Amino acid sequence: MATQQADYATPETERTPVVKLYLAIGLIVFAALMLVGVLMRAAQGASLSSIGPALFYQLMTLHGAGMVGTAGLAALAVNWYFLSRYVRLNPRVFLGALILSLVAVAMIVGAILIGKFAAGWTFLYPLPANPLGQWGTGAALFFVAGLLVLGVAFLLVYLDMGLAIVRRYGSIARALGLPMLFGREPLDRTHPPTVVASAMVLIVNVAGIAAGAVVLVMTMLHLVFPALAPDALLMKNLIYFFGHVFINATIYSAVIAVYEILPLYARRPWKVSRPFLAAWLAVTLMVLAVYPHHLLMDFALPAWMAVMGQILSYTSGIPVLVVTAFGGLMLIYRSGIRWDAASSLLVLGLFGWAVGIVPAVIDGMISVNLVMHNTQWVPGHFHFYLLIGVVPMVLGFASYLGSNGEQGQTGRLGVGVFAVGAVLLCLTFLVSGANSVPRRFAVHEEAWQWLGNLGALSGGLVLIGTLMIALPILMRLPRARLTTA
Amino acid sequence: MQTAVLLITLLGMALVAAAFYVVVARSGPRDDDYSGITQQGYLIRRWWFLFLCGFGVLVSAWSLIPFPLQAGGVGAPRAIDVTGRMWSWDIASRTAQVGESVRFRVTSADVNHGFAVYSPDDQIVAQTQAMPGYVNEVDVTFEQPGQYRVLCLEYCGLAHHAMAAEITVSEGS
Repeated sequence: MATQQADYATPETERTPVVKLYLAIGLIVFAALMLVGVLMRAAQGASLSSIGPALFYQLMTLHGAGMVGTAGLAALAVNWYFLSRYVRLNPRVFLGALILSLVAVAMIVGAILIGKFAAGWTFLYPLPANPLGQWGTGAALFFVAGLLVLGVAFLLVYLDMGLAIVRRYGSIARALGLPMLFGREPLDRTHPPTVVASAMVLIVNVAGIAAGAVVLVMTMLHLVFPALAPDALLMKNLIYFFGHVFINATIYSAVIAVYEILPLYARRPWKVSRPFLAAWLAVTLMVLAVYPHHLLMDFALPAWMAVMGQILSYTSGIPVLVVTAFGGLMLIYRSGIRWDAASSLLVLGLFGWAVGIVPAVIDGMISVNLVMHNTQWVPGHFHFYLLIGVVPMVLGFASYLGSNGEQGQTGRLGVGVFAVGAVLLCLTFLVSGANSVPRRFAVHEEAWQWLGNLGALSGGLVLIGTLMIALPILMRLPRARLTTA
Repeated sequence: MQTAVLLITLLGMALVAAAFYVVVARSGPRDDDYSGITQQGYLIRRWWFLFLCGFGVLVSAWSLIPFPLQAGGVGAPRAIDVTGRMWSWDIASRTAQVGESVRFRVTSADVNHGFAVYSPDDQIVAQTQAMPGYVNEVDVTFEQPGQYRVLCLEYCGLAHHAMAAEITVSEGS
């Protein structure tokens, strides 16, 4: 089996340099965009009067697009690195995708900072074409085209991953474990969870990015030919399908770090089982179908879509709570696990993902959404998933690969500072949401400002914690011999 | 309602946090009998799964039956047409009586906006999206006298935060 696997695996010398590049860029950009987030919260707390509405909305667009893109790329690096243990991937494709992504980043950042584009990362049609003098058509085109280039970069990597998976496993369905799940093949408990997760990510994110490409091209056409005006509700459906699927694929890619690294710490295997395979099939279908929970306040949509959105919003959380979070806890229970920066971050990531389900599911209820939609409750729940879920998973991956998790006292303290800051930040968002504070407001009323200031302070802690963890990794990374997981 | 939602959420999150705390606190010393741990774990997991399914069915039934209609729950309320545009609200009538139910028929003249009605104590009582080419209807019953505010909850550009209007609700005669 070992020889067979070695035949398929990507050689170690080929897989590590590109992953180092992804990680280094990812960690630096994460920290920079955290600073942008802190500035935004400080502006909402009226502590930074120098940030006026025009600059605030540019920063908001930069923070949103940047964080989603960076999280996506960092999680892709996690996915690629571990999948390359089982299938032969092409590092040149992976490097090419990084170069394309950097071109996309230059286009997006240029559109925002030079062209003053500020329609939000969701570029909700028809706002990009209706700036009322805030930005020009060229800036909007550059931003939208930048997202399109980024999507192409992802698709190139997915194409390579898909081909490699099919070469080894015969089909994506087989990689997902469907024949084993439905009894057509005996259960192979050595089938890697990474391959199952990668198959799921491929299926959903190719569909998500394809929908994104359609809406991006339609937006570009509308920008060039304003008379060509697509239906606003159709565009909104496409945008939220793309956005929801993309960010979910990011989380499900990042969790591969937990599947691969945590068992090494616990010295116990994370093996597939039928409930595991059923859970991954269920999330594949649910991630594709749940997006109407973003459109619960669009009453023009059929009621069945709202009902489906609410129910799937709840059921989407079950596989996470029952399989991944529970499996992770079972793995570390009485394992004698070594607690260092990497293992602590990975468990924190699992916690952030699991706990974020609660405010997300509650906001997914139609009657609650009526008073919570587009309040700060929304960034509250997704910061749990992303800031306390994905970011620690990526940091844990970087810490393990770059320094075998051994980051000493500073690393452990950094994890503590990060965790306290991140939980406080998310809670300030939730409390703001419960106080009906709108999201995406450049100027906050006096009664809301203390929450903005508390958020800025918490965000500052997050940034300090991130730097305490990331800086030593970044300094070691160029010479680091990455740990063979 | 919002306070209850926050408290329920915090309770649910505290339960998840407690589960993580208990396990992390018991991560050592090592027990080499992992198959024994998994056997016990799978049993707990089965009940946990059944609990989540049962709880979901109950909550879904409670919250969806009857369907939480945003409009149509009240018989023949007064209709008020609303049009959002960058960055103001055109509201056909800006006065109402306490206890009166009003059906807002909301659309947009340009981009997407969010029509949210805030009570005099600054809590959202209802909202819907204002979309170009569509009319969304939402019923609001004004329960307090005073100034209700309308804010935009869908980001719509430079003065999004300033896109506000007021509705005066007075005691009935």
